[in-house]
Amino acid sequence: MITIENFILITILSPLIVCVLTPFISKNIILRDCLGPIGGVISSWGAFNIISSALNNQNTTLEIVKITEGVSIGFEITPLGAIFGLVASFLWIFAAIYSVGDMRGNKEKNQTRFYSFYAMAVHAALCIAYSGDLLTLFIFYEVLTFSTYPLVAHKQNEKAQKAGRLYLSILVGSSVILLLPGIIWVWVATGSLEISQNGVLDGKIDEAYAPLLLVMFVFGIGKAALIPIHTWLPAAMVAPTPVSALLHAVAVVKAGVFTMLIVLTNVFGIDFLAKTGASEWLIWLASFTLLATSIIAIYKDDIKARLAYSTISQLSYITLGGALATSMATQGAALHIITHATGKITLFFVAGALYVGSKITKVSELNGYGKGNPLIFLAFFIGSLSIIGIPPMAGSWSKFFLMLGAAESGYVVVIGVFCISTMLNAFYLLEIPARAFFLKNEREINFKIPKLILIPTLITSFITILLFFFIEPFQNLTFMIVSKI
Amino acid sequence: MIDILIKNLPIIVVLCPLMTSLLVVLIPNIFFSWVLTTLSTFLTFLFSILLYQEIQIHSHISYALGKWMPPIGIEYIIDKVAIIPVIIISGISFIATIFAYKIMPEEIEKKSISKVYSLWLLAIAGLLGLVTTGDAFNLFVFLEISSLASVALVAMGAHKDRQALVAAYNYLIIGAVGATLYVIGVGLLYGITGTLNMADLTNRISDLNNNRALIAGFGFMIIGIMVKAAVFPLHIWLPRAYAYAPSAVSVLLAATATKASLYILARILFSIFENSENLINNTLLFVILPLSLLAMFAGTIMAIYEKDIKRLLAHSSVAQIGYITLAFAIGTKASMAAGFIHMFNHAIIKGGLFIAITSIGFYIKKRVTINNLSGLGREMPITFFCFVICSLSLAGLPLTAGFISKLYLIKASISSDDIWIAILILISSALSVVYLWKIIEVMWMHDGRKIAIKENPTIYVSLIIITFLNIYFGLDASLVVNGSFDAADKLIGDLK
Repeated sequence: MITIENFILITILSPLIVCVLTPFISKNIILRDCLGPIGGVISSWGAFNIISSALNNQNTTLEIVKITEGVSIGFEITPLGAIFGLVASFLWIFAAIYSVGDMRGNKEKNQTRFYSFYAMAVHAALCIAYSGDLLTLFIFYEVLTFSTYPLVAHKQNEKAQKAGRLYLSILVGSSVILLLPGIIWVWVATGSLEISQNGVLDGKIDEAYAPLLLVMFVFGIGKAALIPIHTWLPAAMVAPTPVSALLHAVAVVKAGVFTMLIVLTNVFGIDFLAKTGASEWLIWLASFTLLATSIIAIYKDDIKARLAYSTISQLSYITLGGALATSMATQGAALHIITHATGKITLFFVAGALYVGSKITKVSELNGYGKGNPLIFLAFFIGSLSIIGIPPMAGSWSKFFLMLGAAESGYVVVIGVFCISTMLNAFYLLEIPARAFFLKNEREINFKIPKLILIPTLITSFITILLFFFIEPFQNLTFMIVSKI
Repeated sequence: MIDILIKNLPIIVVLCPLMTSLLVVLIPNIFFSWVLTTLSTFLTFLFSILLYQEIQIHSHISYALGKWMPPIGIEYIIDKVAIIPVIIISGISFIATIFAYKIMPEEIEKKSISKVYSLWLLAIAGLLGLVTTGDAFNLFVFLEISSLASVALVAMGAHKDRQALVAAYNYLIIGAVGATLYVIGVGLLYGITGTLNMADLTNRISDLNNNRALIAGFGFMIIGIMVKAAVFPLHIWLPRAYAYAPSAVSVLLAATATKASLYILARILFSIFENSENLINNTLLFVILPLSLLAMFAGTIMAIYEKDIKRLLAHSSVAQIGYITLAFAIGTKASMAAGFIHMFNHAIIKGGLFIAITSIGFYIKKRVTINNLSGLGREMPITFFCFVICSLSLAGLPLTAGFISKLYLIKASISSDDIWIAILILISSALSVVYLWKIIEVMWMHDGRKIAIKENPTIYVSLIIITFLNIYFGLDASLVVNGSFDAADKLIGDLK
């Protein structure tokens, strides 16, 4: 019988082992390319077991090293972490298969380095998911940034290097200048870095300072991509598509909003936020980000850029859900981590498939391509519906809870924001399948998509439908996030 | 046997390097003189570890020189405060001696090497004597021993760069002024109290509140020691001395020399004059605090604009000394502990950075400036990796020793209601990232000439040891933290 502590180790260490092994077996290409999916299967096996233990309300902690009073490095299972861990490790299986197809299809150089850092990034994301305190969270937050830098700058041309530098300077700069001092502040105020289900700050910090501390956290977590620190995400789209798909739609950005939710629910506590109104400004900032980036997305002709702005907008849903500080909204935000991840990874997979298949990068070039390969556009259509929030796709659940939360909090305007944003989503996402299916193209359409790309894409789009019907365990988990002990 | 050893330990840690320094001169062979020096520093380190264990039991070991009982005779005291600089000095000098083996013959005439080792040990003996003695005048003697030996060591850099002579001359003159001021202060105190023993001074001063001679004596002593400790703006001798000294000497001085004087400063402020509360509080608030804040920013900004890397590190030392004196200036138990934590951590951080940079200088055979560094990170991965870790530690990022320093410094300043100080500390450490990143970026990202460099194990072994210490004390800080809190307890006592 494997204990839950060991499952944590299995889940977080298997990507690390993949990362370390990959350079040593770079000669045997088949074996090297299989390593990622195998690691993903083992890792998500662990993550599934962790989910089931979290559902049974088991409290598992794993302390690695105690540094000094109230400062240690260790792991712990929280309901939110269990969800994020499962999302990151499970989608890694498909992203790993996909990346083999993508790397081969585009004949990229330095593939070994790519796979190695890719696994390293997944390792960091999983460590963030299961981190038991703010210091562990911070350390792996930085590891995630540094391990994705070589992936962003993978093509090593001038544009990629410039994007890589922007990526590093914004993410590292904001976290070191604001997030770390914020964490130290929490340590000074409470004497420990532990997080707890109901927040730790109530009664420990002067209520007048609470909004200031929240400012430090919100702008310190650059990965959550709120305006004005969102610019790294569109720039990072120079990376190969598997990076944009798994990391900049799932692991990295979700690590950002995950940290944001941890800060809002487990550090501040939603009751404390509701009582002091410390997060009211965040509601407006997130709403603004949500609408502004949706509008920008409409004007982007580049497919990946459009998806990037859509991602920023969707991340703001999650931040907004946390900031509303009601139990429904928090549940919706947590569910949105899963539903947006499955939907958006599908969309990015399709964008990459189009590039591998016929070097298309622009929306306006897509006319009539639906005939070339209807399946891939069907997948895109399903993913889009999920992101827009139409049943029977997974995304409808999270939007439903977010709307309820907005109503519960009394910010009626926010409901309006959600409605407008949904319409904008439909407008800029559905344009792509619409052009592909309904418009005609005079040129001959020559469009071949490798199986290693097509299959993962179809599976993830299928998962978005499946999730609609099997949302219950996740909903139970999100309910545990907001329920009091 | 072991009992006798332990009783005599306070004097043995000083005598061990002092006596071997006399022996080393007689050995002309480069290798054997190095072996003897290493052996001596190793023994000294071992003795200080023994002392540390003994202190945990007895908390106070006193040794009366020549069986003349204090307060008449000279007393050597080791308590929970003094043990910190003793460990720092003996430990770092051992590591620096290992490092010196390959580097020394490269930069110094072969025939004078054994003399250099003799001076080297003399400087170490002086520093150790400085922190162990309990006699105010004897302290002056050791101050001079260590200063003169270090001046001579800095001047040895002239074989490579004649600028070293100017640096040594500056160091000599300014150091001598500092020492003179100190001894004038001691004279005044002796005049009004009739004693030189520190513990005795403390008692007798308590009756003399508001005596003008007392205040003048205090002023002279403090200024004199602040010169030696390179407290801003009395630091001007330091950047040159560190920059032009032979590599190994820079390492030794950067990590140990100012620490001893900082310890003396703390001792004068919080132990000798502990009963003149008004005087001390005013000094802390109106002299030490503003100067420390200035040092933090002036040192960092100078470092940002500096091109010569050894000088850059020296400027950064000025800023780091500012953190330590700042901790003294806040004057609570928590802040004193933070000061001692940073004293220890800064020794291993700066030691590591200087070892990394001077070994780069050894490989490229020229002065290490920012332009000479392009692309070297890829040529010497081990050195570069260690440099990066020590840099992260200096910037105070988690998992390194520097993080622990910053953590306790900020906690101390917030818990004494000085939130603005905490903010200034954060700003200054964010600025320190600027100059460190500048170096790392040039070394890693820029393309330089391709020079094949084979890293030498005898050089990087000491670098790896000290980098390991940086990580170890970042992961398990209990030893340093507990030791520092004990020291702060002893020094401040029930005062606050």
